[in-house]
Amino acid sequence: MLYREAGQFKSTYAADGQIFPIRQDRIAIALLLTLAFVLMPLLATPYLLSAILIPFLILSLAALGQNILTGYAGQLSLGSAAFMAVGAFCSYNFVARVPDMPILGAFILGGLCAAAVGIVFGLPSLRVRGFYLAASTLATQFFVVWALTKIRWFSNYSSSGVITAQDIKIFGYGFDTPPAKYLLVLAIVCVLALIAKNLVRSNIGRCWMAVRDMDVAAEVIGIRLMHTKLLAFAVSSFYCGVAGALYAYAYLGTVEPEAYSLDLSFRILFMVIIGGLGSVLGSFLGAAFIVLLPIVLNYLAHILQISTAVASNLELMVFGALIIFFLIVEPHGLARLWQIAKEKLRLWPFPH
Amino acid sequence: MKLFTSLLLSAALLTSSSLSWAEDQYVPLLSYRVGPYGSNGISFFGAMIDYMTLVNMNGGVNGVKLTWEECETEYNPSRGVECYERLKGKAAIVEPLSTGIAYGILDRVSKDKVPMTTLGYGRSDAANGKVFPYVFPLVSSYWSQAAAMVVYLGEKAGGMDKLKGKKIVHLYHDSAYGKEPLPVLEAEAAKWGFDLVKIPITPPGNEQQSQWLQVRQANPDYVIMWTFGVMSAVGLKTAQRNGFPRDKILGVWWAGSEEDTEPAGEAAKGFQTMSFTTPGEFPVLDDIRSKVYKNGKGALKELDRVGNVMYMRGIVASVLMVEAMRNAQAKYGKGKVLNGEQMRWGLENLNVDRARQKELGVEDMFPPVKTSCNDHEGSGAVKVVQWDGKQWVAISKNWLSGDKALVRKLLEDSSAAYAKEKGITPACMK
Repeated sequence: MLYREAGQFKSTYAADGQIFPIRQDRIAIALLLTLAFVLMPLLATPYLLSAILIPFLILSLAALGQNILTGYAGQLSLGSAAFMAVGAFCSYNFVARVPDMPILGAFILGGLCAAAVGIVFGLPSLRVRGFYLAASTLATQFFVVWALTKIRWFSNYSSSGVITAQDIKIFGYGFDTPPAKYLLVLAIVCVLALIAKNLVRSNIGRCWMAVRDMDVAAEVIGIRLMHTKLLAFAVSSFYCGVAGALYAYAYLGTVEPEAYSLDLSFRILFMVIIGGLGSVLGSFLGAAFIVLLPIVLNYLAHILQISTAVASNLELMVFGALIIFFLIVEPHGLARLWQIAKEKLRLWPFPH
Repeated sequence: MKLFTSLLLSAALLTSSSLSWAEDQYVPLLSYRVGPYGSNGISFFGAMIDYMTLVNMNGGVNGVKLTWEECETEYNPSRGVECYERLKGKAAIVEPLSTGIAYGILDRVSKDKVPMTTLGYGRSDAANGKVFPYVFPLVSSYWSQAAAMVVYLGEKAGGMDKLKGKKIVHLYHDSAYGKEPLPVLEAEAAKWGFDLVKIPITPPGNEQQSQWLQVRQANPDYVIMWTFGVMSAVGLKTAQRNGFPRDKILGVWWAGSEEDTEPAGEAAKGFQTMSFTTPGEFPVLDDIRSKVYKNGKGALKELDRVGNVMYMRGIVASVLMVEAMRNAQAKYGKGKVLNGEQMRWGLENLNVDRARQKELGVEDMFPPVKTSCNDHEGSGAVKVVQWDGKQWVAISKNWLSGDKALVRKLLEDSSAAYAKEKGITPACMK
């Protein structure tokens, strides 16, 4: 009843093309952003900010990058953790070696390095598709982690290949408390998510989707395949690279290349699959599912006073069962479920 | 997303409201029972719980009862960070038993003033307490271990000068872990004039034919096996298949537990590794069996885990933790609950000599540990142990130490570089 768009007329093209065409959605997102930007830093405990929301936001950003590549451009990739590693190690080196390097600039440069690596390892996508491409992007994962452990220059000759992220300082202000780090991550994620949303609605995004749906047909109607696919790899790797830099700087602090293992790549891919392929919202929902659900289950076990030995195993089983449950209920992911719920709400309480 | 946020918010509020144990010393346990290394975690953290139960049964630490809470990390760094953040509020000490988690909370522990012990893993240069005031790589670090390995191999060769011209292969887990000892081994190679051949194995390492062929080709006098997890058992089996004699292989301590040798079967018999614990029977184990397990308070379901290598390491970790508590209580007030800063002092002024070990029922289970601001490691000595097909036995009677000056120089350099990067002025804390 409340969620109805009757009476909301679009009188300009701009109004028709906005991201949230329904007024209720705009109010909801404004409330959500106020909650995230104002209330959370003021009210949330440092635990909630630094152990839950920061990793959630960072992995959402990585999932967004993966979603651009896999969900929008249809290129299955297993290298997202490697791109994150490139972003982190490049940012680290820029800050360590270039005097007076602004940290945001280092994040962007880290992202650009990841984009360059992404383009190189995206080249096989011009020849191979689907699962074969996934297998060839595995090479990225192994090569990058190998190179970062092997070549000691990358870790500034640290004896074990571990890097320690420098402190974050922007215009003399040190982002060292959990609320400050959280706000920085949130701001970066919001800006990049906005750019991603607009990118996929634009000419470029439509090209990606055309290539995803059938690349031969896309080529016939005049889309340059090489350009489009490599651009998807570059943009996706950029997002992963920035996420990787944030993972090192705003979250873990001291990182070894092993932190960006294949396991993380899989987790990011699953976030996208569970959240919804080809949906910006899906990236966030998927990250929430994979990052937050195990923690929520863990809390439930604590509240229900289940012994830790049982709870540890139970947690994995319930988590696995829920993944299967959601994929059976809606193979297109949580974002699609959300969309269905919205459609139902618009008709409620008089569905025909 | 909003639903999740509200759920989590309520969960976070719940934890902050459960601060009711004011008179008990609280110990957070970042344990792992599932995941690839679950079996290690069960024994290690089970031992910590058993020892703390025993301490409580004997009246606590000067009357202060120990309480603990477990949080499952699955050996995953981000889960570990979450667990640490969740439990740190009341914590005065933390021991994660995972390199990844230890790195993840390294910066956080000094900010939160919660000392972290890393027994036998983690950053070797954290032994410099001037740069890492809140990190304690107690007993022995990777660098001390590598230096001791060279001493042992020298003894085996019949004198350190006999190492000249010998060839030693460093066969290692290709990660930060396997590369950690390289600076020490390289420096030792230059000093004694032996030839160091480095052969990496990509984790997880369940196929090592090509590496062992390379070993055969190099025809070394000794092989140092710096492996972890499944890599150790596979390495032993592959060595046997390739006819490489076992008595030339020397393993790292993380390759030296029952979990590594039992899967390798016959191939492991006679395998030697380093160890910072002495295998065997100790009065403390009898106490745990007769007091804790007899009364049904034991943490483990399988009684035969009591006394295995990982279990012993858990006992050592908790013995040192409780000793540090006693130590800090002697300074800050007996029978009082300690905070992280006081605990840090207790850890930095540990002195567990042979006599004290005897009182605690752990005589010679680990080398005498005496820490100071300069030396957060406290010992650096190790023993060589051998798998006889059924159990581990110590083959060196005394504790071995490597070239301490060399290790000290490396850790001074490395920690100075860290201090420079992080803008820390090295200084002792009061």
